[in-house]
Amino acid sequence: MPPTSAALTTDRAGGGALALLALGVLWESRVLPLGSWREPGPGAVPVGLALVALAFGVALVVRGGSAPPLGGVGWSEAPRALVVVAALVFLALAFERLGYRLSVFVTVLFLVAAVERRPPLAALIYAAGISWGSFFLFSTLLKVPLPRGPFGL
Amino acid sequence: MAETLQNLALGFGVALQPAMLFYAFAGCVIGTLVGVLPGVGPLAGISLLLPATFGLDATRAIVLLAGIYYGAMYGGSTTSILMRIPGEAASVMTCIDGYAMARKGRAGAALAIAAVGSFVAGTLSVVALMLLAPPLANLALRFGPPEYFALLLLGLLVLAYMSGGSMLKALAMAALGLLLGMVGIDQMSGYFRFAYGVVELGDGLGVVPLAVGLFGIAEVLLTAGQATPPAVLKPRLRELFPSRQEWRESVAPIGRGTVLGFLIGIIPGSAHIISSFVSYAVERRLSRRPEEFGHGAVAGVAGPESANNAATSGAFVPMLALGVPSGPIPAVMLAAMMVHGVSPGPLLIQQSPALFWGFIASMYVGNVMLLVLNLPMVGLFVNVLRVPYGFLYPAIIVFCVLGVYAVNGSVVDVWIAIVMGVLGWILRKLDFETAPIVLGAILAPMVEMSLRQSLAMSDGHYAIFLTRPIAAGLLAAGALLLLLSFRSWIPFADKGVDA
Repeated sequence: MPPTSAALTTDRAGGGALALLALGVLWESRVLPLGSWREPGPGAVPVGLALVALAFGVALVVRGGSAPPLGGVGWSEAPRALVVVAALVFLALAFERLGYRLSVFVTVLFLVAAVERRPPLAALIYAAGISWGSFFLFSTLLKVPLPRGPFGL
Repeated sequence: MAETLQNLALGFGVALQPAMLFYAFAGCVIGTLVGVLPGVGPLAGISLLLPATFGLDATRAIVLLAGIYYGAMYGGSTTSILMRIPGEAASVMTCIDGYAMARKGRAGAALAIAAVGSFVAGTLSVVALMLLAPPLANLALRFGPPEYFALLLLGLLVLAYMSGGSMLKALAMAALGLLLGMVGIDQMSGYFRFAYGVVELGDGLGVVPLAVGLFGIAEVLLTAGQATPPAVLKPRLRELFPSRQEWRESVAPIGRGTVLGFLIGIIPGSAHIISSFVSYAVERRLSRRPEEFGHGAVAGVAGPESANNAATSGAFVPMLALGVPSGPIPAVMLAAMMVHGVSPGPLLIQQSPALFWGFIASMYVGNVMLLVLNLPMVGLFVNVLRVPYGFLYPAIIVFCVLGVYAVNGSVVDVWIAIVMGVLGWILRKLDFETAPIVLGAILAPMVEMSLRQSLAMSDGHYAIFLTRPIAAGLLAAGALLLLLSFRSWIPFADKGVDA
């Protein structure tokens, strides 16, 4: 079905989100001194940019009717992608608590064995190789400081 | 000219040191791998490897990172030709005729033409970079805050104009990037802006978390659940030599691709991607047999591959001479130089001649290395793709997080990268480009600083941007671009342009 000008399209969704963000920035900027027209303060440029972003957002909403409909965007990868995001969130939370090697080991093992359903032994060896191998390469050889967890792991 | 040769000799003295050769070689190998692997483009590759350069001196670090950049340009062609998978975005055009040549049994010839074209373009464009950067730097010494403000604004407009899709969408993304660049301490007043008590945000959103999130993590999210890549067409070694006819057909496209690529590289935008598209279009237009394009035309491989390599060198011109990045990749390189205490800009050539000329000379060396490396080792690099994606992407995720964390040793940067990854995934699904966001965020503090300095200079008179000829000229060029892009919005103007 061809998109109608009233449909919620990808451009309109993106433009609307940008406009909302710009309004949020304008609201948050109220605590920053604007200065004067001749001598702008720390709030002046953010406010100016937010107004520009708002204008672009509104323009996208107004002129975005011919873009593909939002409902037509395929999200087949979304379930897997959300699991990956969850794994990333775990990694960020555990990174400094469990240390680099343990947190990376658990994350890679989960993704390879549980999400990708690869043989458990292969996943175990792979996760150990990635976590300990990358730690050796970056921390030991290249002296990049990486966090250590319990037992110095 | 004699002075240039003298400086080049100084550069080769630096670049041919054993340690420097090692880092150039390492950069080329890693870059080729980055180019071969779909989803890990040169931007993500450089961002990920940036922390690994912290222990090196500035020259070695830049030689390594530049090697990754142009190595990725070479590597991207391999998977395009043998598997019809572009290792990185600039190789998309090579997929069309490169893969068609491979299916006709000319995979080896296509790889050789791509490698030789890349070598010729890479080498010639380094000569152009060498000749153009110093005079441009001299000109830039006359730039004050108003000129820089106008240049940065023009850069963003050109990026949006060249993005290929809708200029309105590209400008909207640049505006989003500029807003993101406002996070952190205001450099002139010391005010914390949009930091919400998170001390780590005082320095703003870092380039690396932004780039890794929007490009590396977003790519993994987009390709989540992807099956193992398709079979690889294997070239035989004796097939690596193109026929005399194929050489003849590739000479002119390589020459044209070099010139086009270098010129487009200087212009802000995703130059290496645009250059390969433009080169393909030009070759098709000029061809006596355009119907061959899409079915294994030699010019369809030679032109785009030369163009994207020449664009790599072209992109270094504004970065080295003006200190202004022309796209996200030079921006990360610029950040890398600053991490190492080097300020790119007009004074770089005078203050750090060994670094500048050593870097130029290492690009010559790197191009030779890549030519030698690429052809015999094609099979080895392609084998990396035999690793099932289910094993590959968890490792990419780990390297993304590692790379982001290592820059400042801060988990806040990891959170920023995750948020940017999700944002990049959604925006790509909605068909919005993410490159303008990165460039906008990087340029935002420069834009603000140059605007406010200009006003301080002029006692608050905005006319300063119009009374200084260079600034006025740059702003006029920007206004012209806007007019060209949005002329379809003007009543009674020509219709048919979708802004």
